[in-house]
Amino acid sequence: MSDAPPLRTPLYDWHVAHGARMVEFAGWSMPLQYTSIIEEHRTVRGAVGIADISHMGRLRFEGPGAAVFLAELLTRRVADMAEGQIRYSLMTNDDGGILDDVLVGHYHNDYGQPYYVLVVNAGNRTKIVRWIDAHLPRERAETPGHEIIWTDVTRLWAMLAVQGPRSVELLQPLIDADLKTMKYYRGAQVRILHPAAQRQGGIISRTGYTGEDGFELSVGATVASDVWVALLELGRRLGIVPTGIGARDSLRIEAGMPLYGGELTEHVDPFQAGLGFACHLVGYDFPGRDALLQIEKRPPSSVLAGLELAGRRVARQGCTILADSRPVGAVTSGTFSPSLGKPIAMGYVPVDLSRQGTEVAIDVRGRQEPARVVDLPFYKRNNKGGNQ
Amino acid sequence: MTPEELLYAKTHEWVRLDTDAAGTKIATIGISAFALELLTDLVFINLPEPGQQVAAGEPLGEIESVKAVSDLYSPVDGEVVEVNAAVVEDLDVLADDPYEAGWFVKIKLADESTPENLFDYASYQKQCEEEEH
Repeated sequence: MSDAPPLRTPLYDWHVAHGARMVEFAGWSMPLQYTSIIEEHRTVRGAVGIADISHMGRLRFEGPGAAVFLAELLTRRVADMAEGQIRYSLMTNDDGGILDDVLVGHYHNDYGQPYYVLVVNAGNRTKIVRWIDAHLPRERAETPGHEIIWTDVTRLWAMLAVQGPRSVELLQPLIDADLKTMKYYRGAQVRILHPAAQRQGGIISRTGYTGEDGFELSVGATVASDVWVALLELGRRLGIVPTGIGARDSLRIEAGMPLYGGELTEHVDPFQAGLGFACHLVGYDFPGRDALLQIEKRPPSSVLAGLELAGRRVARQGCTILADSRPVGAVTSGTFSPSLGKPIAMGYVPVDLSRQGTEVAIDVRGRQEPARVVDLPFYKRNNKGGNQ
Repeated sequence: MTPEELLYAKTHEWVRLDTDAAGTKIATIGISAFALELLTDLVFINLPEPGQQVAAGEPLGEIESVKAVSDLYSPVDGEVVEVNAAVVEDLDVLADDPYEAGWFVKIKLADESTPENLFDYASYQKQCEEEEH
């Protein structure tokens, strides 16, 4: 990480003016929390919360060669994606190690021309931009009928996460598409029905990082605070609160969702991380594909497991997992789960210790705490959104 | 006692010095409202057992929040003689009344002289204001 001052999202001034505790995260100054992480977390589970996720990197690809190029970078098929479809995918290095986990979405602009948006992790944006640049087939990208035009639009667009069972109710008055019938992992380019944003439009998708129903909305940076304030006003009767990256982390851990830098690193392969579903290896080619074909054949040395602690001390990233007092793995994420009322963690353990109910211990600051392997996710919602 | 009458450690613990019936000097330890404000979302407090020897500046226990764990440091040398079970069982006790009902431990001082490196309320307030910036 460089010593450059942290980047600010278009909502930075609002966060500071409203008492958010700001922290540096992945090179950005982000709100950790506004009031209480537990309260923000519970509001997302029970009603609706909004979060500024403008730190997420967004790369736009267009031109007739865009889909082919993306398929050469991603572990997942792209060419067969319908308009409005979104897929979770990985980018791997030549050894099959995970460079990033991404969402790729296929949209059409106002003129009916297709484009793709790749949402990458904030902390990986520079690395991924360089990777794409290094892999761009320059000659082909200039060839008529195969042009590839790609842009890092992160700083041009704010991104807001609207998450919680009342998300449709909150957002519908501001969006000119029917959100109720929008399916999970679908999205659209839409009009924002707000005076400040009407002419700019935005992109909405039924996606999220909380385990709850919800949407992610990209709007122009210059109108972001108008839309944000409008959402807070519309949501007042629903009990809305702004939520920081503290609650974002506890929500995603409960949902068993991996975080790059925790569960996912360049030294982890997709199969260990339980992400084999995101790799289409036959009939496709991308960096790491040959390595992954080999890795897929071997039993993994360790796999990602959920862990529930018996006590109340919280195991956090880096804590050693022990079986019979012998180190067998490490915790990649841990928190106190507001929904379960106990500490939970994720970490890599040998396959023979990964079965539900296996008793292990975790070294938490020099003391062994009993823990039990449980299936992921820790939390599953009852209210199904998005006609799944 | 009011916050103004207590002594404070740099690490945000407050100290109340009393002399018991037998003439022994006892220090009652808690944490300041300022520290509580900073910690937020407490989920667990881990305190030592009575009988444990503690030294000034050494960890006395842990305060666990959703986001992180913080050490609680002993401001004095001595032996733990009493632990506040009420605050361990119900963190609201601490949130509601950090300076009275929310005390953590009582420590029998090893040395009869007044502990060093503690600040009065005004100096502690000044430190907190500096930390806020």
